[in-house]
Amino acid sequence: MEERRLGGWLFVLPAALFIFAFTNLPLLATAVTSLYAAPIAGHGGGFVGLRNYLDLLADPGFRQSLVNNLLYAAVTVPAAMVLALAMALGVNAAIPGRAFLRLSFFLPTMLPMIAVGAIWLFFYTPQYGLVDRLTRLIGMGQINWLGDPSTALPAMMAVAIWKEAGFFMIFYLAALQNISPQLREAASLEGASRQYFFRRVTLPLLGPTTLFVAVTATISAFCVVDHVVEMTQGGPDNATSLLLYYVYDTGFRYWNVNSAAAATIVLVLILAALAATLFGLVGRRVHYR
Amino acid sequence: MMRPGGEQGWRRLPGAVLFWLFGLVWALPLLYAIWSAVHPPLYSTVFALFAPLTWHNFAQAWNSAPFARYFLNTIFLVSFTVAGQVVLATLAAFAFARLSFPGRDLLFALLLVQLMISPAILLVWNYREISWLGLANTIPAMGIPYLGSAFGIFLLRQNFRTIPSELDDAARLEGCSLLGRLWKVYVPLSRSTYIAFALASISYHWNDFLWPLVISDSVSTRPLTVGLEIFATPDQGVQWSLVTAATLMSSAPLLIAFLLFQRQFVQSFLRAGIR
Repeated sequence: MEERRLGGWLFVLPAALFIFAFTNLPLLATAVTSLYAAPIAGHGGGFVGLRNYLDLLADPGFRQSLVNNLLYAAVTVPAAMVLALAMALGVNAAIPGRAFLRLSFFLPTMLPMIAVGAIWLFFYTPQYGLVDRLTRLIGMGQINWLGDPSTALPAMMAVAIWKEAGFFMIFYLAALQNISPQLREAASLEGASRQYFFRRVTLPLLGPTTLFVAVTATISAFCVVDHVVEMTQGGPDNATSLLLYYVYDTGFRYWNVNSAAAATIVLVLILAALAATLFGLVGRRVHYR
Repeated sequence: MMRPGGEQGWRRLPGAVLFWLFGLVWALPLLYAIWSAVHPPLYSTVFALFAPLTWHNFAQAWNSAPFARYFLNTIFLVSFTVAGQVVLATLAAFAFARLSFPGRDLLFALLLVQLMISPAILLVWNYREISWLGLANTIPAMGIPYLGSAFGIFLLRQNFRTIPSELDDAARLEGCSLLGRLWKVYVPLSRSTYIAFALASISYHWNDFLWPLVISDSVSTRPLTVGLEIFATPDQGVQWSLVTAATLMSSAPLLIAFLLFQRQFVQSFLRAGIR
């Protein structure tokens, strides 16, 4: 039908225009920018090939941001997922007061990251913060959690886990409630233990949920740095700098646009690798409805 | 799954106690913030059972920064963004679900790039583009990069495809135009998808921080998140009771909405999550 040939494009055009203008185009432009340098003293400007990338690799600040971010993802993603599953299992059981528990787990995810950051800044404050008071109570010395390079990144990880785990809980909870009670009855008739049932029936059925949660969690481990901007500005000594924070810092505090563009592309490549792995997994192993 | 009470319930008691402890520890940061916000500064880190309660911190925080303005900015930003997303995504999703046009599948694939690479990480170039358009430091600038939502298109397309084409055909026989069919058949039958998308998008944009931080530069455009960050991290002398009061205040609308519509919110995140 002719009306449809052009009609389709007219319907799609407005949304496509915005997506192209603010996602696809800037993505390409960032890739191009990362191959150029601004003329500054000592260097001529213009096309420099991969020099910005080599400069990044030579920059200890960037290397540390990359390592920090990989570590941050490697810890916060599994930790938030395991806690989320534990929360879901507990809340799914007939525990008295589970409405309160569910709320306690879930509320942090409804707060803006900036609010979470403010609360944890207070929580971590030396002397006044609850964390410091508790550690003193059990006889550990005073620790400046965010001020010490060796504790700052773990302290930031705790913030992220606290905010995210409750969000993933609702996905596990929904998946658990989808498991047919008949499966459990059949298993108990056959004399299967609870542990056996959990390992052989529950866990495999949670596969698609786990995959989804893992992807969501990993994306946010690389794309959310609000708390870094607010709580530590990447410090002390770059100890809490993450990739996107490095991009922000380089691009908007030092106005080194080309170098920020190269760092953005590194971030994009990591996300693309993640996407490729995801589609590989979905195609092969995990069963989707 | 576990039977309440009874022999089995009691055998599980240690587990339940442990789980409650876990829940309490999880609530601690928020409880600590609430404690400090509703007590005079003197008590903000001192726990006395009968410490006097006060609303003074909220009033003082409200008056010591332009929070009213920040609230208005955020409300305007969120309504502009979500309304725009819904309209644009509806049109596009309809075409992707039910119309055939040359290049459809390629275009769809290109748009889905946004599911992985959000405009939020392409700060450098989006900042340039918005500046070229002369929109830097305006409220629409904070929403414009998000107006085309691949995620919204994807969700709605999935839903539109489940609507029986008999309904569509009937409307066509009655002489309904394309837009008329979309409006009278598809939109009303997708109510729950719209609610799901809107709630997820509202909470995303209410909480968005980095892009607004980059593109807004004055009290008249700053959203709550950026205003709160400035308030919570002054150069010296933080008065925690004020910061916690401001923090709770700026999160309150979303928290209250969540408490009132818990089921809808959870449903919305679940639906929005299934990709």
